[in-house]
Amino acid sequence: MALPSHVSLGERLWFYFFRIFCALVFIFLIMPILLLVPLSFNVEPYFSFTSGMLSLDPKAFSMRWYLDILQNGMVNPEAAFSWDWIKDSWANGQWIHSIKNSFIIAFFSTIIATTLGTVAALGLSQSNMPARNLIMGLLIAPMIVPLIITAAALFFFLSSIGLSQTYTGIILAHAILGTPFVVITVTATLVGFDRSLIRAGANLGAPPQTVFFKVMLPLITPGVISGALFAFITSFDEVVAVIFLAGYEQRTIPRQMWSGIREQISPTILAVATIMVIISITLLATLELLRRRSERLRGITPH
Amino acid sequence: MKHSIKLGLYVAAAAMFGIVSSAGAAEINVVSWGGAYTKSQVKAYHEPFTKKTGIKINSIDYSGGLAEIKAQVEAKNVTWDIVDVEMSDAIRGCDEGLLEPVDASILPPAPDGTPASKDFIDGAILECAVANIVWSTIFAYDKTKFKGDKPTTMADLFDLKKFPGKRGLRKGPKANLEMALIADGVPVKDVIKTLETPAGVDRAFAKLDTIKDSVVWWEAGAQPPQLLADGEVVMTTAYNGRIFNAMATENKPFEIVWDGQIFDMDLWVIPKGAKHKDDAMKFLVFSTETAQLAEQARWISYGPARKSSNALIGKHATAGIDMKPHMPTAPENFKNALQNNQDFWADNQDQLNERFNAWLSK
Amino acid sequence: MSDTTASPGQITASDGMSLKAKLAKATRRSKIKALLMVAPLGIFVLISFLVPIAMMLTRSVYDPVVSETFINAGPLLARWDGKGLPSEPVWEAFAKDLKIGKKNKTIGRAATRINFDLPGSRSVFTKTARKIKRVKTGPYKEAMLKIDKRWSNPELWMTIKRKLSPITAGFYLNAIDMKYTGTGEIVSQPDQRQIYIMLFKRTLWLSFLVTVFTIILGYPVSYLLATLPMRYSNLLMIMVLLPFWTSLLVRTTSWIALLQKQGVINDLAVWLHIISDENRLQMMFNSTGTLIAMTHILLPFMILPLYSVMKTIPPSYMRAARSLGADQFTAYIRVYLPQTLPGIGAGSILVFILAIGYYITPALVGGQDGQLISNIIAYHMQKSLNWGLAAALSSILLAGVLALYWLYNKLVGIDNMSLG
Repeated sequence: MALPSHVSLGERLWFYFFRIFCALVFIFLIMPILLLVPLSFNVEPYFSFTSGMLSLDPKAFSMRWYLDILQNGMVNPEAAFSWDWIKDSWANGQWIHSIKNSFIIAFFSTIIATTLGTVAALGLSQSNMPARNLIMGLLIAPMIVPLIITAAALFFFLSSIGLSQTYTGIILAHAILGTPFVVITVTATLVGFDRSLIRAGANLGAPPQTVFFKVMLPLITPGVISGALFAFITSFDEVVAVIFLAGYEQRTIPRQMWSGIREQISPTILAVATIMVIISITLLATLELLRRRSERLRGITPH
Repeated sequence: MKHSIKLGLYVAAAAMFGIVSSAGAAEINVVSWGGAYTKSQVKAYHEPFTKKTGIKINSIDYSGGLAEIKAQVEAKNVTWDIVDVEMSDAIRGCDEGLLEPVDASILPPAPDGTPASKDFIDGAILECAVANIVWSTIFAYDKTKFKGDKPTTMADLFDLKKFPGKRGLRKGPKANLEMALIADGVPVKDVIKTLETPAGVDRAFAKLDTIKDSVVWWEAGAQPPQLLADGEVVMTTAYNGRIFNAMATENKPFEIVWDGQIFDMDLWVIPKGAKHKDDAMKFLVFSTETAQLAEQARWISYGPARKSSNALIGKHATAGIDMKPHMPTAPENFKNALQNNQDFWADNQDQLNERFNAWLSK
Repeated sequence: MSDTTASPGQITASDGMSLKAKLAKATRRSKIKALLMVAPLGIFVLISFLVPIAMMLTRSVYDPVVSETFINAGPLLARWDGKGLPSEPVWEAFAKDLKIGKKNKTIGRAATRINFDLPGSRSVFTKTARKIKRVKTGPYKEAMLKIDKRWSNPELWMTIKRKLSPITAGFYLNAIDMKYTGTGEIVSQPDQRQIYIMLFKRTLWLSFLVTVFTIILGYPVSYLLATLPMRYSNLLMIMVLLPFWTSLLVRTTSWIALLQKQGVINDLAVWLHIISDENRLQMMFNSTGTLIAMTHILLPFMILPLYSVMKTIPPSYMRAARSLGADQFTAYIRVYLPQTLPGIGAGSILVFILAIGYYITPALVGGQDGQLISNIIAYHMQKSLNWGLAAALSSILLAGVLALYWLYNKLVGIDNMSLG
């Protein structure tokens, strides 16, 4: 979209205005996230750049908040660094505890959401699916209904069957919240799926299961994985349901951040936030690679 | 640099060995308000208790209210064993069947033989709860912010002309309405009587209106000293122990105004169906003994719920300050004090909370 | 079997069945197969999502606590004509129920419920329940009046009588700032207690503003992304997707760091001498903070649908308009913009739906005038424990969201929902 030489001054000005406006929006989008990173290395317990940081004085930077992630809640954080120190941190560190919980809960809820979601999406994409729109609407609903309502409803429900404040309860809740993403991404993959490939497989004498595993599955795998990543990040970031359903034992990273921000916001939160951003970037990069792979597999080239 | 080495080693070590935490013997989950207050309990109750009985204590923070207890009891999955609650929650929780009854006869007498029922101050032993401390909502200011006159009375908290600057107040009607009336000239003994009339409530809100635009609202007890220290406010209501702690251990230039203080008790309660009820009961008895209550007063300036503990209050454990003059119940501080009225709040908190929320959002 | 045997002239399959019947059978089989595949998730969603929500919503109209507590007095009081005070048998039954309630610790729950409707009445019950066990014989009326003279208030009895019915409209009335009077009429709450209508309005208004802002910010960016060559737009797309993938709490945290009084933006403004150190801007703990943070968080939900629509508009249309003599502006308004309307619609509804249910961000940066309806629902769930009211507010919110969802489905179709 380079600027041709014959345009009028007004159009020229408009063009630059448009470009600058877009640049500002991009800055608005990305700045808050990037700013967290340097701030989390602040040696002072402030949320702003100190003069030392601006002049790049090494003394103004420190890893202390990252160390605090390990230390917070330890029985004996002042002890010399040793095997016992690690064991202490691993067993008693509050953040460490919530990091473990986040991964455990996200892992299991992702498995449930991905399995159920993928099978359902395969069913939905059958040409003879009755009442498809209605069923799809119901399956997507957990994404649309305000979280506070879902969380409150699950609180009553899980309490009544004795599952509130248990890992099982939270995993179920997160699985429910994750399924719409799997259904949407896998369905989207199947929309572009060339059904003649199945017929071709069948024509060449393959039984249905062989066609499924040898033809269909490899083609929809990128969709399934990106659905799984969505389900994972949904659980990993989710806080409203956790506020209502988790006890102290099941605290996750966002839950710990939530109480930290509300009570006494310390830069440790920024350090945790930075780690979360890195995790997001990793997942995003994986997704992008998958997308490219999927396009290559289907022979679609970027245009 | 040292830190990064530690971090690196940590990650490496954690990755190489899957370390499993050693599941221990008996343990109980003790829930309290966090920060300096929990620390005082850890020093005075938890550590000696674990030493004596071998029962491990997990200390959990919360920010008050019955919601979590209610959730656990209704779910029949009670993971909290003993909880430090405000008086109003102790009464309401007991009425609603959320708490285990406590048999007051198991509380040991004072060292001089006075039975527990006489040794505890009035109202400290309830059907389902036993008090440990007397605390107070006061207001405090930053000395460096005022050159000439310093605030001395409750009226000064509401006087923006004489003492300009932002105020911190707890987000809720409790204590704020009483303080507004005291500042408006209602004698302490008539405050609740006034609040029981619609005109009295209007009057309290009208007084709050005069400073509304200058208020920063806080919710957790740890926030007010933080707000003062950060310069977000020049004076704030707070729990007296938190302010004392910032003054004594962090040398903050704060000053407490005791005029019009509203005092209350905190109590131990055991949620109905607690998993380690017996051990929790042991802890309750142990922590409310004369010696432990007196020891807690060496860590934070909250008054012990037993009279026999008063004589044992000494100097602050680390700062070496004599603690007695900093207690809410010290005669010097107690001249114009109001006790938080449980019955009034039990009856009216729903409508006043609603009105307060509506008032806040306008 | 008439439909499976072929009549003459019809095409038959090798086994002699008519092809039509064969096809119908195959279709039926594949229908069942499709349904069976959807069933596991369908059942999962039904049991652990739809049923729980339905169960919660019943709490907004169903509240049996009072009738369960006053099990003896209930039937007697139901027959009371509502004039003056009830007769002695009612008082006697009441005393009995209070004793039982005290023993079973259920009286507090019932008292709390009645207190919702008649503020200040809670202690009548708890106080009487504490003292009534000493009263062994009648007349109970005098005994109870001696314990608490508020029993002589007919309004109290009317309220109890009304609460005895487990089906109640009281929570819904409360949710729209109305209430029952003691005599059972429906009136508006007094001015100082009116809050929920205002919160609904504010939620709608703020969501509307967020939607408008995301359109203003998102439209040009989507256009740029859709028209730039792939290698640039892919790179810029990351700037949209990264926030989309970053935790909500992380983004809210960074806005706190940016907006607070001692935060980055204020520091920068002071450093540039735009404002003085004393006059730092209050950008957080008010609706401004909520608006900024929510716009940021929801912007990708506007950009992504807009982008996917714009991507499908061939650039030749614009070129055609230009060569037919339209200037850039006219061509744009008359040709390009109308084609992007579906994208604007999809993005707007999505952003609006997400915005009206927002909880975390307003709770953390909203302060007092940035609280939304979700926050008050959470308040009643967790702090005041008035679950019936929370359910009533939830169902109103839910009805609104479902209406928008239906609209979205009509306009866009949920199968077209895409995620980056």
